[in-house]
Amino acid sequence: MRLDQKLIAQMIAPGSRVLDIGSGDGSLIDHLFRERGCDARGIEIDMQEVTRSVAHGLPVVHGDADHDLAHYPDESFDYVVLQRTLQAVERPREVLRQMLRIGRHAIVSFPNFGHWELRLKLLTNGRMPNTTVWNTPWFATPNIHPCTIRDFLALCSDELYRVIDWMAIDEEGERAPWRRSIRLANLFGEQALFLLGRNEPACRDGGRK
Amino acid sequence: MEARTLTDQPDTPPEVDHQRAVFPEGLSLDCGALLAPVEIAYRTYGKLSEAGDNAILICHALTGDQYVAETHPVTGRPGWWERMVGPGRPIDTDRFFVICSNVLGGCMGSTGPRSPNLSRPAFDAREDGDAVHEPWGTEFPPITIRDMVRAQHTLVQRLGIKRLFAVIGGSMGGMQTLEWAATYPEMVFAAIPIATAPFHSAQNIAFNEVSRQAIFADPDWRGGRYWESGSIPARGLAVARMMAHITYLSEEALTRKFGRRIRRQSASAETSGDLEHPLSFFGEIFEVESYLRHQGSSFVLRFDANSYLTITRAMDWMDIGAEHDGDYAAPFVGTRTRFCVVSFTSDWLFPTSQSRVLVRALNRAAANVSFVEIDSDKGHDAFLLDEPDFDRTIRGFITGAAEHAGLHIGPKL
Repeated sequence: MRLDQKLIAQMIAPGSRVLDIGSGDGSLIDHLFRERGCDARGIEIDMQEVTRSVAHGLPVVHGDADHDLAHYPDESFDYVVLQRTLQAVERPREVLRQMLRIGRHAIVSFPNFGHWELRLKLLTNGRMPNTTVWNTPWFATPNIHPCTIRDFLALCSDELYRVIDWMAIDEEGERAPWRRSIRLANLFGEQALFLLGRNEPACRDGGRK
Repeated sequence: MEARTLTDQPDTPPEVDHQRAVFPEGLSLDCGALLAPVEIAYRTYGKLSEAGDNAILICHALTGDQYVAETHPVTGRPGWWERMVGPGRPIDTDRFFVICSNVLGGCMGSTGPRSPNLSRPAFDAREDGDAVHEPWGTEFPPITIRDMVRAQHTLVQRLGIKRLFAVIGGSMGGMQTLEWAATYPEMVFAAIPIATAPFHSAQNIAFNEVSRQAIFADPDWRGGRYWESGSIPARGLAVARMMAHITYLSEEALTRKFGRRIRRQSASAETSGDLEHPLSFFGEIFEVESYLRHQGSSFVLRFDANSYLTITRAMDWMDIGAEHDGDYAAPFVGTRTRFCVVSFTSDWLFPTSQSRVLVRALNRAAANVSFVEIDSDKGHDAFLLDEPDFDRTIRGFITGAAEHAGLHIGPKL
């Protein structure tokens, strides 16, 4: 399991119901079931990963964040997790809404486009930056909706989401030290991890079908 | 292959005494009729654990039967799912107690249209004094997939099993699996519907109707009372099977197996005027034709035409949302069953889109679901054939479910 998945697992209360969107090889849901006694399930778009997960006895369905979340009932999970995928979905705002409709909490990690290396490369080369995190050319990248940590916070504020916890993490998934200042985190954090909740679930109109 | 043609009357299949459970009290059917007595033919493999918690029920498809994992007593062929069921197989008979019964309405020992109709007075007495009853024939009451499941339920209870660890089946067997999970949710820990759908599509009803019309059109069918003449509607049933068999394959599989290859007809067929093959030039036919004819003519040896009519009709009525205004989630709300839905890419009879309808409905019901689409070019029949990814999926899901069920049988967990 990646280091940032360990950080995610630590955010999740033992024994809770978890949906992991983009569950990959299923290591997070496997960990949550075995170590934390969670009812953890996955959605994965890559059929080979799905087959591998199910063949390991993990409850994973083939599907994706954009099209399959609408079919889950309200509050069917305590936590809905989206790892390193938000920047690649068709409608990130709608996906977040769905996550916080079907889950009481959302855990979201994404690569931070505000990292200094990207800023510097764009400034000096005048071309789309290429780094270890952002390593596909612009015409081939699946990352159609990149954002910075500050962009994400602005969206959370627009949508009235409660930021319960957040942290910057480096590419290895190690927790980075930029906790006190969002601006510093936005400059030096390669990835970001957020634990979100709804502010006033009853007051949000349109949130329920 | 024998030089038998579709118009020949087949030899009478050997009489086989199938293992049966008898229920004199009978069964109340969805149509309102009481069918009594009911006999259910079944086979079991492996050993029931002391806790009675390791039973897996296998539901067979339209033309399958209870002989899952052993040589078939009528055809002499291997069991239809020996690849999947047996010692060390994905459904491991060293660990699980496996049950498979012939469906209600079937013709391999369970009560069906070929069974004597005791509701009518005996029309004659034999020399030994026993009353002789006519078979049910087309008077056999219409049954549903749920009726089949109710019959299995009485059998499972008779076997002393309070909860099934798993119910599994492909195609019509998958429909039964879904009905099990919907009708007896507390009795099904895990359900594995394969290559199936929560409803029978208009296209599939249409195919079934062509099959039925082929049987009706055979003069030997005689309004369903073919026992009176001692013949069977072999040609109609064979054509029904040939047509249906095409829907079980895929264009790719047919091309791979047969392409446009031709073969020479046997000499006997040529000299006999060859009414069978009026379109053949110089006694040559396409291999795919020959294959289908063989499928048709061997099928009539083991299957009853009226059973075929009854069971295809039961499939047509399958719509698990029908009593819930078309809501496929409603029958599963509150379920604690773990589901594993499997479809195949080249299956055009029960395409993945229909499995996805099921999966989304199960998600709406907040059920625990796994869903895999297996990449295969073998069409609907892929679930009966060699597909390593499919085997791995079933083995893994069953092992995982056994862990969740707290089953500890043998060292393989």
